[in-house]
Amino acid sequence: MNADVFKLLLDGTVITLRMFATTIIFSIPLGLLVAVLRMSRIWIFSLPARLYILILRGTPLMLQIMFLFYGPALIENFGFSWNGNRMLAANVALILNYAAYFAEIFRGGIEGIPMGQREAGKVLGLSRTQTFFIVVLPQVVKRVIPPMGNEIINLVKDTSLIQVLGIFELMNTARVQASAKVSVLPYLVAGGIYLAINAVLTFVLSITEKKLDYYR
Amino acid sequence: METVLSVRNLKKSFGSLEVLRDISFDLGRGEVISVLGPSGGGKSTLLRCLTQLETIDDGVVTLDGDVLFKDGRYASKADLSRITLKIGLVFQNFNLFPHLSVIENLTVAPMKVKKTPKAEAQERARALLDRVGLAEKADCYPYQLSGGQQQRVAIARALALDPEVLFFDEPTSALDPELTGEVLRVIRSLADRRMTMIIVTHEMGFARSVSDRVIFMENGVIVETSAPEEMFTNPKNPRTRDFIMNAMEK
Repeated sequence: MNADVFKLLLDGTVITLRMFATTIIFSIPLGLLVAVLRMSRIWIFSLPARLYILILRGTPLMLQIMFLFYGPALIENFGFSWNGNRMLAANVALILNYAAYFAEIFRGGIEGIPMGQREAGKVLGLSRTQTFFIVVLPQVVKRVIPPMGNEIINLVKDTSLIQVLGIFELMNTARVQASAKVSVLPYLVAGGIYLAINAVLTFVLSITEKKLDYYR
Repeated sequence: METVLSVRNLKKSFGSLEVLRDISFDLGRGEVISVLGPSGGGKSTLLRCLTQLETIDDGVVTLDGDVLFKDGRYASKADLSRITLKIGLVFQNFNLFPHLSVIENLTVAPMKVKKTPKAEAQERARALLDRVGLAEKADCYPYQLSGGQQQRVAIARALALDPEVLFFDEPTSALDPELTGEVLRVIRSLADRRMTMIIVTHEMGFARSVSDRVIFMENGVIVETSAPEEMFTNPKNPRTRDFIMNAMEK
């Protein structure tokens, strides 16, 4: 495999990593928001959140990516267009999709905190918001690290789906180069890069888990 | 004796179940009242209503001159949060914050609610830990402590806000028998300092020796209120007598 193929695969890796990082950064707070809405006792908050989670988890991510990018152009007088910004559309689709999964993980984590913790916060005069951020959320973090790890590793691989928009991230680059050069090497290199990224993430996750071992 | 807490005709139902039917009593400053009675009699619910963990249905509750609840309504939000700080509650299962160290458990509310500067909050926390005999555990985490030690930290945490009255909801019920003594000793030392307290408990001997008055509650009503000697040697109500006799045999 010559140097220019390798260079192209590296360029694809950069796009994959950028897509991954921005999705993590935006989908975690959005997921937290959806989780809080989902747990609201007021139905105008909880019902939309339920629907959001149902739709985003219940349809293929690839469909969501395509729908988001091509949809506006296919609807007459929709008044919105991505102006050809495929990367942005793909990124938004990934964020919206992963926020739905994160929301359910956070909900499980929040609901798993014993009621007594919130009652102790209230009796000590902490407001609901203070109790949530000082008492509940730090304990939720510890509980959600393992399930979050699963999703984070899935996300690295799911970024390959944005190739349906013709974006040359790592997987698409490998596919095109493999057929252009009639070589299996681009696939192997791409696989190695995905594996390396996830090995690093696994390591970071296990360190984070260890750091939170200071309490039970 | 000056009345700190006054409860009149307090009522609370869960659905169709009347848990508190018509509760009235006064708590004087420096007074210690023990509340006895069978499980499900409404003792815990009474404390939970007074600490706003449950909503009150009806009645009048006044604390230290402030009306907490009257005419089916609570005081304004600002008044409520001020009143909340005057009442401390120690839970049956401690409810310490596991992710915070012992001293952080004591300083978090004074710092966040009363805006006490950190150094001052810590100094006070150390003094309180010393008072409950756990000065050397300041930097431990709750899981590193025994149940008795955790409950003593929980008492210190409640005291950190300098409450006017302190409630105990079966403070030793979750503890192994050999650990109840250390917790009861701390509560007794508070009584000696004239801390105003209501103690819901099944520890008959303790209730008898620490209290100024004893209330016997059953089926959501106060059946009898007496001085401890009276309650334990000569209860007036037959239900009280049965309960005391039964409890003493154990």
